[in-house]
Amino acid sequence: MKELIAELTEAWGPSGYEDAVRKIIAKHIAGYADDVRTDALGNLIALKQGKPKKGIEKRRIMLAAHMDEIGVIVSHIDEKGFMRFAPVGGVFPPTLLGSRVVFADGAIGVIGRERVERPDEAPRMDKMFIDAGAADKKRSGRKVGDVASFTRPFVDVGQRLVAKAMDDRIGCAILVQVLQELKTTPHDVYFVFTAQEEVGCRGATTSAFGVEPEIAVAVDVTPTGDTPEAAPMAVELGAGPAIKVKDRGMLAHVGVKNWMADTAERLKLPYQFEVLEAGSTDAMAIQTSRAGVASGVLSVPTRYVHTPSEMVDYDDVQNSVKLLLGMVTAAVKL
Amino acid sequence: MLLKELSEAVGVSGGEGAVRQLVLDAIKANIDEHRVDALGNLITLKKGRGGQKRKVMVAAHMDEIGLMIVRIEKEGSLRFRPVGGIDDRVLLAKKVLIGDKKVPGVIGSKPVHLLDPRQRQQVVKVEDMSIDIGASSQEEAGKLVKVGDYASFDVPYRDLGGELRAVTGKAFDDRAGCAVLIELLKGSYPFDLYAVFTTQEEVGLRGARVAAYSVAPDAAFVLEGTICDDMPKQKDVSPTTVVGQGPAITLMDRSVISDQRLVDLLVRTAEANKIPYQFKQPGIGATDAGAIHLSREGVPSVVVAVPSRYIHSPVCLLSLNDLENTVQLMQRSLAGLDKVDLSR
Repeated sequence: MKELIAELTEAWGPSGYEDAVRKIIAKHIAGYADDVRTDALGNLIALKQGKPKKGIEKRRIMLAAHMDEIGVIVSHIDEKGFMRFAPVGGVFPPTLLGSRVVFADGAIGVIGRERVERPDEAPRMDKMFIDAGAADKKRSGRKVGDVASFTRPFVDVGQRLVAKAMDDRIGCAILVQVLQELKTTPHDVYFVFTAQEEVGCRGATTSAFGVEPEIAVAVDVTPTGDTPEAAPMAVELGAGPAIKVKDRGMLAHVGVKNWMADTAERLKLPYQFEVLEAGSTDAMAIQTSRAGVASGVLSVPTRYVHTPSEMVDYDDVQNSVKLLLGMVTAAVKL
Repeated sequence: MLLKELSEAVGVSGGEGAVRQLVLDAIKANIDEHRVDALGNLITLKKGRGGQKRKVMVAAHMDEIGLMIVRIEKEGSLRFRPVGGIDDRVLLAKKVLIGDKKVPGVIGSKPVHLLDPRQRQQVVKVEDMSIDIGASSQEEAGKLVKVGDYASFDVPYRDLGGELRAVTGKAFDDRAGCAVLIELLKGSYPFDLYAVFTTQEEVGLRGARVAAYSVAPDAAFVLEGTICDDMPKQKDVSPTTVVGQGPAITLMDRSVISDQRLVDLLVRTAEANKIPYQFKQPGIGATDAGAIHLSREGVPSVVVAVPSRYIHSPVCLLSLNDLENTVQLMQRSLAGLDKVDLSR
């Protein structure tokens, strides 16, 4: 599965520009789904049809992971070819200094900063610029509106994996793996690879309307509290998939939460509960789609979220796959 | 074009009736069907003359920012709150018209003689302002004005001329878009064109949300009078848009990432027809496209705007050249829309 994770995390796909990621996923799920389509916003929707099984009520389940990643968009190019930029999604200025970005055509730029008046000054995005090595504006070949993602190679450090865009390519990789391993299921399971999560769960809003699920689980990353002097949070790497109880955007459906925890108990998989004070996921948008959807989140504990070096634990990833497989192959009682 | 009448009409969010009537009178001969929905959106259909099944929604919002009366004081002055986003600093000493009867008033301000040095540094908050209609008692004021009445800025439309063919007036955000949409209805199109004049954009894209749901379009264009800050700057930073440099195409704002295929269509059309255009600075502002593109299963959407200086204040300035170029760009782009593959 590591090769899949490497391929997905190294792919280019800032919000609204998920085409390359969608292509990779479509390639890997070809032949495993009964129907695959792409909607107007670019969500990739794959259906694994359920085979009726005696004594099991057939459910309509949506599993969602977002394809997009945070990035930057060029807002101004000066005469020398230096580019000012605005964030695409939640970009944290201190992570930018020294970072490299890559444009759709593969051109690389580095992020520089204006003269600092006070050494203790917090870095501000409007005081930074992208330098793509151009001699001047004309020869830069760039224009306002060009989008770039961060670039950093995938690294396998053994038990832990580091990459940019683990948020949420790790979720995409997990769903691809689940679909590949899912021989048969009594439920109609929609694997939805969503667009534009980082700018407001927009792809999930429209795909949930289209899929019209009864039950939904978003698979996304969550920060941890297990690093030196971290903000207190009872989630750590290697302690199993995190089952969301709440975040800033939603309260997980208690039945969905229990479905996840009970399945983990049954399969003797490690798990932990997650209460996140900031942030939210696609499940927030799915939950209030149409007349409402019982929704929860399976979170992959991830250090350094929204930096170019997001770290996950490989056991957590594999246990997430096992947990989801266990969930969608048995009866679901909410 | 109808910009003068549109600008001088009053239609603060939730009270768009007068603007709606003005628009309807202007377009009646050019549409096949129309209806007004529960939120007051004017949804019109101009049937296609080319057998294309596509439904294309072109939207402009009728509402403007303004004020609402919240209390009548004992001595006859009126307390108010903003409707939509208004900077408190642009309010003092402005003339306003209140309610359907257009009762004239002025937002009172303290003469400079009475301000101590500290007060001169401070911004007066909207909560501390009041409108003076010349009434001397609560009873007298109450005969003219009711709590809940809207107030709008009393600003006549003026032609400044010059190379830019500049005009000033209130509410170019988004009566400029309404004016463009009215012009577009004079043409004929190969697809069903839903021209939608929306309500309550300034308080959260509310009209567009329900209008898009009922129209269920295959693609959407949103017409706007957008932010422009092209006044001289000290630093080498691009303005949001520039007056006189043509229609501004949105790539990304706080509410939408425009559909790349529709952006490409607009750019291609502009370049082929030598129509000036510009990109609006990414990441700024929000429009009806934010609600429309998320409707149902999603709608490919893009925003085209007439740059307007000083929006969300009592008076804006735009160039009629930009307005006419926006009509040109939209007309020709819509004519070429059939060549754009909107499937994935």
